[in-house]
Amino acid sequence: MYQYDEYDRRTVEQRARQLRDQVERRVRGELSEEEFRPLRLQNGLYLQLHAYMLRIAIPYGLLSSVQLRKLAFVTRRFDRGYAHFTTRQNLQLNWPRLEDVPSILDELAAVEMHAIQTSGNCIRNITADPFAGVAKDEDVDPRPYCEILRQWSTFHPEFAHLPRKFKLALTGATNDRAAIAVHDIGIRALRNDAGEIGFEYFVGGGQGRTPQLAERISPFVRERDLLSYTEAVLRVYNLDGRRDNKYKARIKILVKELGAPEFTRRVEEEHAKIKDDEGLVLDAREVARMTAYFEPPRYEAFTNGHTSLDGLRLGKDRPLARWVTGNVIAHRAPGYAIVQLSLKSKDLPPGDVTADQMDAVAELADRYSFGRLVVTHRQNLVLTDVPIRDLPAVHAALQAQGFATPNVGTVTDMIACPGLDYCDLANARSIPIADQITKRFDDLDFVFDVGPLTLNISGCINACGHHHVGNIGILGIDKMGEEFYQVMLGGSAGAGVGGGDASLAKILGRAFSADEIVDAVEKVVRTYVDVRNEADETFIETYRRLGPDPFKEALYGAHPAASQRTAL
Amino acid sequence: MALIQRRPSAPRSETGASAFEVAPCDAFIAVADDEPVPTGADVLVSLARFERDQTTLGATAGRLGVRLPSDRGLDPILAALARLSLVAIEFPKFQDGRGYSLARLLRGRHDFRGELRAVGNVLRDQLGFMQRVGFDAFELDPKFGPDGRDPAAALSAFDDFDVVYQAAADEPLPLWKRARSQ
Repeated sequence: MYQYDEYDRRTVEQRARQLRDQVERRVRGELSEEEFRPLRLQNGLYLQLHAYMLRIAIPYGLLSSVQLRKLAFVTRRFDRGYAHFTTRQNLQLNWPRLEDVPSILDELAAVEMHAIQTSGNCIRNITADPFAGVAKDEDVDPRPYCEILRQWSTFHPEFAHLPRKFKLALTGATNDRAAIAVHDIGIRALRNDAGEIGFEYFVGGGQGRTPQLAERISPFVRERDLLSYTEAVLRVYNLDGRRDNKYKARIKILVKELGAPEFTRRVEEEHAKIKDDEGLVLDAREVARMTAYFEPPRYEAFTNGHTSLDGLRLGKDRPLARWVTGNVIAHRAPGYAIVQLSLKSKDLPPGDVTADQMDAVAELADRYSFGRLVVTHRQNLVLTDVPIRDLPAVHAALQAQGFATPNVGTVTDMIACPGLDYCDLANARSIPIADQITKRFDDLDFVFDVGPLTLNISGCINACGHHHVGNIGILGIDKMGEEFYQVMLGGSAGAGVGGGDASLAKILGRAFSADEIVDAVEKVVRTYVDVRNEADETFIETYRRLGPDPFKEALYGAHPAASQRTAL
Repeated sequence: MALIQRRPSAPRSETGASAFEVAPCDAFIAVADDEPVPTGADVLVSLARFERDQTTLGATAGRLGVRLPSDRGLDPILAALARLSLVAIEFPKFQDGRGYSLARLLRGRHDFRGELRAVGNVLRDQLGFMQRVGFDAFELDPKFGPDGRDPAAALSAFDDFDVVYQAAADEPLPLWKRARSQ
C-alpha cells in the first residue's frame, strides 16, 4: 500500500488548513454561501437537503485498518455513528456540522486521508478493480499506475476547472470489475507480445442523462506515455469540451459530437507535441518505486490441506458452504481467498456501515488479512488476503456483524443512490425501494437459485445508482408530483458479476408506482427463472438470448404494443 | 479594480506570497473600442479592436496589450505575439477553465514572455492554480466578492501550498523527478 512521504503529508495538512480558513471566513459571515460554494466544492463538501455532506476520498478503494478505525472515530465523533460507502469507492458522512469539517480533515490527514477532488469539475478519485493485486485473471497490477495518476491529478493547475467532473477507472485484469466502459477515461493495463506494459485506452463512457459506452482510442499507450497521453486527452477536453450547457459538458458528449476518429486525431496531434516533455515522460525508475509499495504481503506457505475452497463449498455446514460459494473468491496465492463482505442486509441501507462495524472490520483485517481491505464500486468491502484455513472463523465473525449475507452479486446486492431521503436532486426515494426488495427476496434458497444478477436503483436521471448498467435497472421519476419507477433491463458494467461485455439497459415499458415496483421486479426475476435454458444461464445471458419480450409480456400482458403506447 | 502582480524584483522562479504585491497602479490604460488611442501610452484593447486596427495601434501606442476571450483559442493573437507586451485572458466565470490551458500553451509552447494577466471572475482561491500555469498578474473585481475589496489579504493564497506534484509553467519537472527517486 502506498505510504505518504513528507510531501504528501504536507499537501493534505495544508489543504486542511486552507479549508479551515475558508470555513472560518464563512462562519464569521465574511463569505456568503454563494461565495463559499466554489471553495467547498473542491473539498468534497456538498450542501444537501438537510445538512452538509462530506465525501472522503479512498484512492482506488484501498484502506488500511488504521484508516478504517479513524473513519469509525470520525463517524462516531462528528456524525451520527454511521457512514456510507459510495460507488466511487469513497466514504460519505451525511450529517457533519460545517464548523467540524476542518477538524475532520485534520483527523483524516493524520492517517494519510483527505477529501481532495471528491467533488467539483475536476479529476475525481480514481477507481480500480477491487481485486487488484490478488485476482487470478490479472496481467498487470493497476494500483501503481493509479497512484501515479492520483499524484499527477492532485491539484493539477490546468485541469481544476474542467467543463464537468472527470472520472478515471483502471483495471489490469481480463474480466473488467472496474466498469471502465462507463468512465470518462477507462484504462486497461496489459502486456504486449514483447512483454512490455502499456494501456488499452478508452474515452467518453458515462451514465447520467446520456448514457454512453466508452470508445477505444488507443489499443496500446506505452507505459512511458501514460501521463502525456492523459494530459493530451484532458487538454483537448478542457479547450474543446462544451461549456454552454452543463448537461452536455461531459467528455462523452465531445467524443460523440466530434466522432471518435476526430476526437482521437486531436488527442494524437496534441500528444505528438508533448510526448517527449521531460515533465511528462514516465520512467521505469518511478514505476519501480511505486510498484514496490504494492508488493504482495508475506504469504504463508500452506502445505497440508487448506488450499482449496471446494471442501468448504461442499461441506455439511450449510450457511458456511453457501457463504463460501457466494461471497468468497479464489485467490492468486495458494491457501488464500478473497472474502467479500456484503453491506446489503435488512438492517441498513445499501453501502451504510456503523462506526462499530467499521471497528470490527478493522479488527478482522488485522487478524486475518494483513491489515488491508478494499471498498468496491458495488458498495461492498473486501478482505483481500484471508487464509482458507481461517474462513470458518472469519465467517462466524462476519455473521456477528451482519456482513455474512451470502448475497454478493445477487439480486439483493443492490447499488442504490441516497435518493429523495437525502439528495436534493432526486425525484424519488431509492433506499425504501431497496429495502422492500431485500425483504421480498428474503428466501436465500431462491436468491441462490436465481444466481448472478445486478440490480441498480437511481432516484433520478443523474444515475448515481448506476441503473443504466444494472441487469435490472430501476429509475425513479416524478410524474405529476408522485414517485414512479421505470424498469430497465439488459445493462452490464462489464465482465465479472452479471457478466459479458458492458451494455446499457433499455426501458421496458410504462413506469410503476411505488406500490407496484417491487411486484414488477419479482415478476421480472421469476420470468427469468421460467425461461432460462439451464440453471447456469445467467440473467444477462438469458436477456441477451431472448430480448425483452418475455419480460414485457409478464409485466404488461400479452400485447407488447400496449405497453409501448403508454410508455413515458 | 485591484491588480495583483509579480514584484518587479522577484525572479520568475520565485513562488509564494512574497513574490507578489498589490500594484500601486495599472501601467496599461484600458481603451474602449470607440475611444482614440493616446499616443505613446501603454494600452489594453479588446480582441475586436486589435483585429480591426492592428497596424495603426502599432504605430501610435506604446506597449500593447490585448484581452483574449476564453472561447477563441490562441489563433487570433499568435501571428502578432511578438508585438504584444500583455495578454489579458478573460475568465467570464471562474468555472470556465479554458484560460488555464491557453496560458500554459502561451508560456510553454509559444514562449510568450510578456505579462499574462487573469481578468474577469478571478478569485483568491484560483490564484495558486493561475500562477502555476503562467499568469503573473491578476485583476480582482470587487463585484465578485471580498477578494477585490481586500486584495492584500488575497496575497496569502500564494502561500496555501508549497508542494506541487506535477510539471506546469512554473516547474518543468514533476515532484518525483525533482525530489524523489534519488
